[in-house]
Amino acid sequence: MYTLKINGASHEVNAPADMPLLWVLRDLVGLTGTKYGCGIAQCGACTVHLDGQAVRSCVLPIANVGARAITTIEAIGATPSGQKIQQAWLDIDVVQCGYCQSGQIMSAAALLARAPAPTDADIDAAMAGNICRCATYVRIRAAIKQAATGKQEVQQVIVPQEARS
Amino acid sequence: MNVAPEADRVSSLADAGRRRVLKLGGLSIAFCWLGGPGRASAMMNARSQAGDAAAAAHDGNPPFAPNAFIRIDPDGPVRLVMPAVEMGQAIYTGASMLLAEELGVGMDQILVEHAPPNAELYGNPLLGGQLTGGSTSIRATWQVLREAGAIARTQLVAAAAAQWRVDPATCTTARGVVVHADSKRTATYGALATAAGKLPMPAKVQLKELKDHVLIGKPVRRVDSVDKIKGATQFGIDVRLPGMKIATVRASPAKGGRLKSVDDRAARALPGVVAVLKIHNAVAVVGEHFWAAKQGLDALEIEWDAGRNAKLTTQDIRNALAEQSTHGKAIVAREVGKRPDGKLIEVTYQLPMLAHATMEPLNATVHVTADGCEIWTGTQVPTRCVDLAAKATGMPVEKITLHNQYLGGGFGRRLEEDIAGQAAAFAMQVAYPLKVIWTREEDMRQDIVRPMYHDRISAVVDADGKPVWFGDRVTGASVVARFAPEAMRKNGIDPDAVECAEEIPYDIPNLKVEWVRHDMPEGLVVGWWRGVGPTHNLFVVESFVDELAHAAGKDPLDYRRNLLKKNPRTLAVLDLAAEKFGWIKQPPSPRTGRGIAVGEPFGSKVCAIVEVEVSAQGEVKLRRAVVAVDCGVAINPNTVEAQLQGGLLFGLSGALFSEVTIKDGAYQQGNFNDYRVLRINETPVVEIYRVDSSESPGGLGETGTAIAAPALGNAIFAATGVRLRSLPVDRKLLVQSPDALKKVVDASPDTEPGVA
Repeated sequence: MYTLKINGASHEVNAPADMPLLWVLRDLVGLTGTKYGCGIAQCGACTVHLDGQAVRSCVLPIANVGARAITTIEAIGATPSGQKIQQAWLDIDVVQCGYCQSGQIMSAAALLARAPAPTDADIDAAMAGNICRCATYVRIRAAIKQAATGKQEVQQVIVPQEARS
Repeated sequence: MNVAPEADRVSSLADAGRRRVLKLGGLSIAFCWLGGPGRASAMMNARSQAGDAAAAAHDGNPPFAPNAFIRIDPDGPVRLVMPAVEMGQAIYTGASMLLAEELGVGMDQILVEHAPPNAELYGNPLLGGQLTGGSTSIRATWQVLREAGAIARTQLVAAAAAQWRVDPATCTTARGVVVHADSKRTATYGALATAAGKLPMPAKVQLKELKDHVLIGKPVRRVDSVDKIKGATQFGIDVRLPGMKIATVRASPAKGGRLKSVDDRAARALPGVVAVLKIHNAVAVVGEHFWAAKQGLDALEIEWDAGRNAKLTTQDIRNALAEQSTHGKAIVAREVGKRPDGKLIEVTYQLPMLAHATMEPLNATVHVTADGCEIWTGTQVPTRCVDLAAKATGMPVEKITLHNQYLGGGFGRRLEEDIAGQAAAFAMQVAYPLKVIWTREEDMRQDIVRPMYHDRISAVVDADGKPVWFGDRVTGASVVARFAPEAMRKNGIDPDAVECAEEIPYDIPNLKVEWVRHDMPEGLVVGWWRGVGPTHNLFVVESFVDELAHAAGKDPLDYRRNLLKKNPRTLAVLDLAAEKFGWIKQPPSPRTGRGIAVGEPFGSKVCAIVEVEVSAQGEVKLRRAVVAVDCGVAINPNTVEAQLQGGLLFGLSGALFSEVTIKDGAYQQGNFNDYRVLRINETPVVEIYRVDSSESPGGLGETGTAIAAPALGNAIFAATGVRLRSLPVDRKLLVQSPDALKKVVDASPDTEPGVA
């Protein structure tokens, strides 16, 4: 039995010690926003935060989590950097199929929290572990910069949702 | 404008000449032949048709359900049922815009719903069934969905006008409200729904002029963005049902092999392992959670009967294709004029097998009970999933229910229903709902790959180096022959295999394009991969045109421009891309080069210019890409940009890195460590420009992918003098050497070694 602190709440889970956090979250706790993509820390779809640090939950045995606070995509919007990143993702309309985007947003939020003005090199270093097969990378880069600076990064102007018809 | 009755419109499409049909591109070329007038009535329709009532009842029996797409309840959002599936291409947004534009509601007032499997209500007339693919979704629905919206709006206005005893023509609509300005009366669509539902369909509706559109043509945010950034979107893999167990599978690694025996003692002893299930070619371990299932699978001792492909290698297929290209039976796809005497340039191109590697590994959840079979999966082919599950379970199709889900990528992989059939075959052995998730390794090793090709392409050029004859002999397996055999041409041509080769944009007076069919060994199934025929043929044709330009000593842009004088729309995208890129004849610095490619895939006109830098060690760095497109009316410019950016990068990723190889009859790649794909640190700036157009919409989902590889190959040639006639990019050939540098200056196809 492990006691995990997930998104501010305490969860008791009965799981084998080597069970990766990814499957604990998805299959035992029922938080399916964190995704399975590769199982070998190659794609980043499973990224969550442990005490604010981005980690690949698909290779993190539950026994190694300890008392560290787990934050998932479901709660990242409650953090200042997560809120900024999600807003920029919306403003630039980054997502396509969306499957990898939980992981992308978690990696980007961790980056922004530790580097408030990330350079292109910072973005490459922080985000190279997150694969997007739709290849939304151009907009991901723009969105991270927009989240950091608050300045509009792309010429694209999205018509507000209440556009009259 | 007045819209012709649906049946006339569809049949006139089907009756159109072959050339017109070809312009549709991609999958649709193949499937148009399925959708003749006889089938047209069984496809989607703007008007209510038999079956609508049952569908509406299933959707909660809203008081106003004028057709298969619109559900208006007394209150709450307007529900729109999406005929195509959402796999990232933003069709839920595009389809909603078409409906909302004519219905008169805001994008914030709608709720989108997945369509049930029902080809009569949601069939794509260009594909002859309920399939999402071939970059056809907008082309197939552009008229139908606008008309569906207009019909509903007309009925709502008529209901209000009748209540108020005014002329419907004096009423307007805005944001889901009918307004009679003179009497200052208003009524919401919800309040009018019951009355509108009792009114007859209007015989004709007037669609808005392009200039009057308030949504179409504006960059609109995706309808699925908000949930997707919160992790709240439910993909197939996220389905959770009471009592559900989770399975993971290993099927015969060798293509066409069978399961011989399994020792599952160690697996069954593991905590959380619930069952071990077998079918003829695969074994599944069921667990309380995925981890238990995966641990159990790894603990199995499996013996396979590898079968006839036990020793098969990639080289065997490569050799067979080369042999067949020379000695096989060539079928002429298109021939114009005769080959004149003159200088003949002939080279060979080869393309590899490719995996899809959608981010969401294939999965399906199935619950089989005595009463029926329920399936939850994200699929591009809902009705085919139902058919296969019926076959697997022995139940009639009426007993099969399918709940489609958001797709974590498709790229053609989810045009195959194999996962649903396999999951049903396992699920019928147990009482509980069973979620079958393939590991990434299984997803790759059981992929239905893009086939290999071996193409001999040639031209006779005049004294100026201008082609007076174009020849292309494509050799490969047929996807269409398996997927939709009725769509093969009468003479045996697979229309997909020669698409964008038999019709090229250039003014060349004589040509002959042939196809040699070479089936893969039984058990090795090949399929659709984003861009399919055009992705393959545009690489070959546009690389070769670049070779011709260099052989003629001409700038590749000028050379193409000269051949496009009679093709203004395509010339315009070429010129726009060149202008935006700032095309200059000389490369900016050593080992740096720009490559250009132009084409007409999927009913759009597109030009890509890619700039690369190649290191002395042969590593290719993408520096910049510019794409210009004429896609006709752009429904959502936001999507145009996103699809071309992503599509181009998907194509560049494949060309740079991707190849599935075979050893001992099995695919050797299994995960992203050995099937490399593009990452953000390798991604260049990608700029998208659009030629404004009022032509009918063209396809976009695959357009960027199809034009990527030739632009890349041509850029690499400009940087290094090395002409890559096979993919993926072979870095060994790009290592800097004095010879390679010299070739930049005096390169000619005559003096270059061909592909071995």
